[in-house]
Amino acid sequence: MTNPVTKEISALSRDLIAVRDRRDREAFGRLFDHFAPRLKAMLLRGGLRDGSAEDVVQDVMLAVWHKAAQFDPHRADAAGWIYAIARNRRIDLARRKPLSQPEEMPDLPSLEPDAGQVLSLQQEARELAAALSRLAPEQADALRAAYFDDLPQSRISEMTGLPLGTIKSRIRLGLDRLRHELRSIAP
Amino acid sequence: MTDIQHHISDDILDDYRRGTLPHAFSVVVAAHLSLCDECRARHETRDMIGGALLVGAEAAALSTGARARMMAALDTPAPAPAPRGSGVFPAPVMAELRGRPPRWRMLGGGIRQQILSADRSGSLRLLYIPPGRAVPEHGHRGLELTLVLQGSFADSEGAFHRGDVETAHDEIDHQPVAGPGAPCICLAATDAPLRFHAMLPSLLQPIFRI
Ligand SMILES: [Zn+2]
Repeated sequence: MTNPVTKEISALSRDLIAVRDRRDREAFGRLFDHFAPRLKAMLLRGGLRDGSAEDVVQDVMLAVWHKAAQFDPHRADAAGWIYAIARNRRIDLARRKPLSQPEEMPDLPSLEPDAGQVLSLQQEARELAAALSRLAPEQADALRAAYFDDLPQSRISEMTGLPLGTIKSRIRLGLDRLRHELRSIAP
Repeated sequence: MTDIQHHISDDILDDYRRGTLPHAFSVVVAAHLSLCDECRARHETRDMIGGALLVGAEAAALSTGARARMMAALDTPAPAPAPRGSGVFPAPVMAELRGRPPRWRMLGGGIRQQILSADRSGSLRLLYIPPGRAVPEHGHRGLELTLVLQGSFADSEGAFHRGDVETAHDEIDHQPVAGPGAPCICLAATDAPLRFHAMLPSLLQPIFRI
């Protein structure tokens, strides 16, 4: 586990917890420095123009600041949690009604933090990143298109010229492979 | 919630996550995710994959001053929190009810409904069915998702309890019957008007919007 990406994930979750518990602006600045340029690139790939991509990045990161109280390291790592906020923001730009959201989990102060569960979730996020880097390239590409660029399978099929069935099975195989490597995960 | 038997399919979950599912179905998915740990974990795992890919993704340079603008924006007040769940209604249903209890309309035979939204992309309603009462037989054009919020119902596809979702595609004719005990309250989304065979003449359907 010396992969620089996997090491980073833990530091990012620590920073998000510092924002949540202490409104730590320095920690938020580090999250911004890490995620904002990556979110911008993701939004540009999704077809936004430079200026609006930066506006959306600001919206997403401001939501990270305001919603930090809801970050639960028992259930998510910082990267996945921030990705979800960006995914929803991107969707709402294109919808008439904002996307209906599942209920927030119970307030954190009412729960005793379970250090073991937090550690194992963060460990799982690191292992997931490592497992992703070991996938066959075509499976990794299919998962990236489906779960990072959020493209419909029909669009992935159009872009790659591959039949829809091939795209479906690559995504399925990629998820199966991840599940096989990460016992507790339920893709 | 450990004994939920009927879940959301991968295809529907992916459409929800991508924002391409019509509003009525999105609310059913969000409500199921609020009640079902298993699907919530599938959903969050996909975000974890997205997050891992984000950390490793290419970056695009920000314009000068972007960081300073961000830090200056942190003092803006936070938006109002989303409505919480109440009683048998999870938060996404309370959001559709605008935070108020349902205002039921009688449909006859003790059956009640409240339409939450209806447009060309589909309709969403709450149904209240007394124990042992059959919902009149109906067919579908298109997709129907029905989530049980209280009580239960059973039909040719099986028995459905709180948290269970029935996914019905084209041309399934089924006759749900509410189980014994508490009245069955469910959240139903369709992308086409239901065709009731028995309860009302079809000419009246547009009037009752059922
Ligand atoms: Zn489920």
